[in-house]
Amino acid sequence: MSDVSEVKASEVKASKENANESANEAPSAAGNAAPKEAPSAAGNAAPNEAPSSASNNTPTATRYTPTAAKNQKGRFGEFGGQYIPETLVSELIQLELAYEQASKDIQFKQELATLLNTYANRPSLLYFAKKMTEDLGGAKVYLKREDLNHTGSHKINNVLGQCLLAKRRGKTRVIAETGAGQHGVATATAAALMGMQCEVFMGREDTMRQALNVYRMELLGARVHSVTTGTQTLKDAVNEAMREWVSRIDDTHYVLGSVMGPHPFPTIVRDFQSVISAEARAQILEREGALPAAVVACVGGGSNAAGMFHHFVNDTSVALIGCEAAGRGISTGEHAATIATGEIGVFHGMKSLFCQDSNGQIAPVYSISAGLDYPGIGPEHAWLHSTGRAKYIPITDDEAVSAFEYLSRTEGIIAAIESAHAVAYAIVLAQELKKHESIIVCLSGRGDKDVAAIARYCGKDISE
Amino acid sequence: MTSNGALRIKEAFAKGKALVCFVTGGDPSVAQTEAYILDMIKAGADVIEVGIPFSDPIAEGQVIQEANIRALAADTNINSLFAMVQRLRLQGETKTPILFMGYLNPILHYGYDSFFSKCAINGVDGVIVADLPYVEKCEIAAVAKAYGVAVISMIAPTTADRIEEIASNAEGFIYLVSSLGVTGERSQLHAELGQTIARIRKVTTVPVAVGFGVHSPEQAQMLTASDAGINADGVIIGSALVRKIAASPQTAGGEIAVLLNKIKTKMKNL
Repeated sequence: MSDVSEVKASEVKASKENANESANEAPSAAGNAAPKEAPSAAGNAAPNEAPSSASNNTPTATRYTPTAAKNQKGRFGEFGGQYIPETLVSELIQLELAYEQASKDIQFKQELATLLNTYANRPSLLYFAKKMTEDLGGAKVYLKREDLNHTGSHKINNVLGQCLLAKRRGKTRVIAETGAGQHGVATATAAALMGMQCEVFMGREDTMRQALNVYRMELLGARVHSVTTGTQTLKDAVNEAMREWVSRIDDTHYVLGSVMGPHPFPTIVRDFQSVISAEARAQILEREGALPAAVVACVGGGSNAAGMFHHFVNDTSVALIGCEAAGRGISTGEHAATIATGEIGVFHGMKSLFCQDSNGQIAPVYSISAGLDYPGIGPEHAWLHSTGRAKYIPITDDEAVSAFEYLSRTEGIIAAIESAHAVAYAIVLAQELKKHESIIVCLSGRGDKDVAAIARYCGKDISE
Repeated sequence: MTSNGALRIKEAFAKGKALVCFVTGGDPSVAQTEAYILDMIKAGADVIEVGIPFSDPIAEGQVIQEANIRALAADTNINSLFAMVQRLRLQGETKTPILFMGYLNPILHYGYDSFFSKCAINGVDGVIVADLPYVEKCEIAAVAKAYGVAVISMIAPTTADRIEEIASNAEGFIYLVSSLGVTGERSQLHAELGQTIARIRKVTTVPVAVGFGVHSPEQAQMLTASDAGINADGVIIGSALVRKIAASPQTAGGEIAVLLNKIKTKMKNL
């Protein structure tokens, strides 16, 4: 049954060694494509890649003007890019410029820091899970408590940043996609706070799985669109949000919720989420006087993992582990395990890995967790995977639910079912590491939203 | 084997104001699409765009989204569409340019070299990739060029200061997006189409066709009339045709022909 146990601590060690090689290619440089740089140098994380080797099958070199030469912006190796309709290109260029200016602007940074600290409840705790550690008998387990943020997940970190940026650009309206509802709730919250209109796109299937979050968004003044196209889940919510955005670029900012989509989103979202590892790294050094052996986070699109990994990427002794949704098991075909089963492709604005069929049609995916139920992964994760710097482990529904129950009983913490995927692997990993070592699990969200669904999964019918 | 797609497209536009017709390949079946294309050419279509169906067509409005679903339900894929184009070419439809329009992922998955070599072999003259803007054109530009397949560039109402760069590197024709948003019939088109076309003409002789929202003979006339301020070289009509196919696949061929005849007449009597 256990996909978890397939990956042993020895592989974690191995990943440390592999990581040394990629240490010099600072991924932080990848997305920070300065617009004024020469196109040949702009933000490419893979230094050896010659611009002429544009696509896999390029038979001959041809003459093209600089911007038609391989677009290096926001590339993480071969992943990333801006694969979107022409109508959106100028908006992305403007967004990138605005973001670069804002990220150098002390006033913007202070404003965001104040919101994070006084409104969102940062810094979040790094909690030592003593009982869990004693029970498992191995490495010390620390939980990065993003579940204690205002709105109950890490999503608020990104949303406050993007909404501030949107306001600064004169936008009066924000739209967002949401899977589990956490990003939608966070966006609706920030919009209420900043006096912006908000509309959220959510797959019909997810509106039923997460009915409570739909009402939360409505309470916050947002309008929720139930998306009935395709699989009626997160992927389709993104499709609809993109269609809406292309129609209302003038006054609307699309608050993308994960480290995905066209450049500059993967970089912007990662940067706003990197507050997680900036805090966690300082906190663990203060507590342990040493870096952790591993950091573990769940991965759908990959925003909490990107935030959890970022400031540890150059610490090559720290294993970076993402836990993706194996649903009913990889072999059943009912899963959302993009790294384990996906292939290179282009979708939702980015070149990355996607679950797809033999004709390049995006595959329907499945997970008990609405937040991980996505057929792709952010381009930086595809790159961290391809370089071997990070490892990605599939976790089944059963394993996640067991971990959800375990953490509830052992530590009195009801984690989001998404985060429970990371807890599931941490349970295995902690037992395989030594007592003097430590690991940090990103507890990306709280599980109140999941209680009814988990009860149903366990055969108990409760009404909310 | 190579072809010269751009040349065939150029000749189609050289005959006068061009009518470009879009149909989703395989909606409701590849055989039906083949018949619709013959009807369209007979009714005056100058260029044919065949949509390669995709699971997640983010640039499409509801009408073409649903056509994509029907086409995929009928197991349409790139190979069955290549076979269809080959049949059309063997039946003697050698003059009308046929383009594929779609999303990058099915083409990437097919393999760029295989895809463009088969375009050349089967008589596909160009491609329009909705999620491959000019800034990413190099993804396929070199391989398409090697096989003589035109990569059509789009210019949108938001393209602004990149208009000249895109236009001066365009091949085949320029697809001028009429308005913000997704595909689908609409009455209001962007107010600055005429200025955009004037800017394009300063840097290139490549013809300009306006698409997104075009559905009526009157619109086609307004967009292409030389004295009405816009003076496009052609119009692209899609959702209005696909809507007829969705409503009544058996009679759609005839209804499409009637509409295209009307549009052609209006475009000729400028």
